[in-house]
Amino acid sequence: MTTRRPPVDHIVRTRDLYSSLGHDPYRWVRNDGPPPWTELAKPLRECRVGLVGSGGVYRAGQVAFHHRDDISLRVIDTSVPVSELRTSHFAYDQTDARADPNVVFPVDTLRTLVAEGVIGELSPRAYAFMGGIYSARRVRDALAPEISRRLAEDEVDLALLVPV
Amino acid sequence: MGLIARRVEADGIPTTSLTSALSITRSVNPPRAVFLDYPLGHTAGKAQDPALQREIVAAALTAVGELEQPGAVKMLPYRWSGDDDWKRETMLCGDTRSYRSSSPEYQCEADRALAAAAGDCPTCIFL
Repeated sequence: MTTRRPPVDHIVRTRDLYSSLGHDPYRWVRNDGPPPWTELAKPLRECRVGLVGSGGVYRAGQVAFHHRDDISLRVIDTSVPVSELRTSHFAYDQTDARADPNVVFPVDTLRTLVAEGVIGELSPRAYAFMGGIYSARRVRDALAPEISRRLAEDEVDLALLVPV
Repeated sequence: MGLIARRVEADGIPTTSLTSALSITRSVNPPRAVFLDYPLGHTAGKAQDPALQREIVAAALTAVGELEQPGAVKMLPYRWSGDDDWKRETMLCGDTRSYRSSSPEYQCEADRALAAAAGDCPTCIFL
């Protein structure tokens, strides 16, 4: 019989971490009430899917993320071989992501699902940034509209978001 | 990422979000989420296990047709290991974050040289 523990509470974890460092508690965004909602316009098997990941992925040849509140974005061609993907992130253990970038940026996985006919196609461009951005305001005012605008420009039918 | 999901959805594109941080997801409240109870850094599966990665990502995509309630979270059954001791270790391991400097942190030095050789990076969007 193995012990099943409840999910790690990362809000409590960061609160404890901040207080141990003498910082004020981080105020997580709290959105009550129903979130925005858009229905899928066509069957999944006909959809163009866009990928957005916050595992700090960049492609060899691109500038890496810095670890002081970087909110920049990397545009990554989804035909990229995963051997050219790298990670740079201040807050998680990147050992597995560096061995197999699909664990935070599932491009091979999505290509498999296209080949199987589960989804129609993968958008030619994916978007990567480094999650754990301290300022919710900068995400709301700068990063979110930029990503949204680009996904619309790419005419994706559905966006898959993979946070870290 | 929840804030981005909300913005994209409000602008008219449906989203589905994988997550391994349930309390944060519940708080930020994206339109649709799919919870995988794994340590951070494996939101789309385990390394070198493409069959499992495929199951997880397919579950995130098919959630779009299954979740009808805005803010709903689909729970995936996969376990990281036979026991959940990794969770206790996660809570105990303190500050493992890297030093926050303003220069790019490359995975390896060869990448720094490649980026320098490439010059201006048109696919790097600085906001």
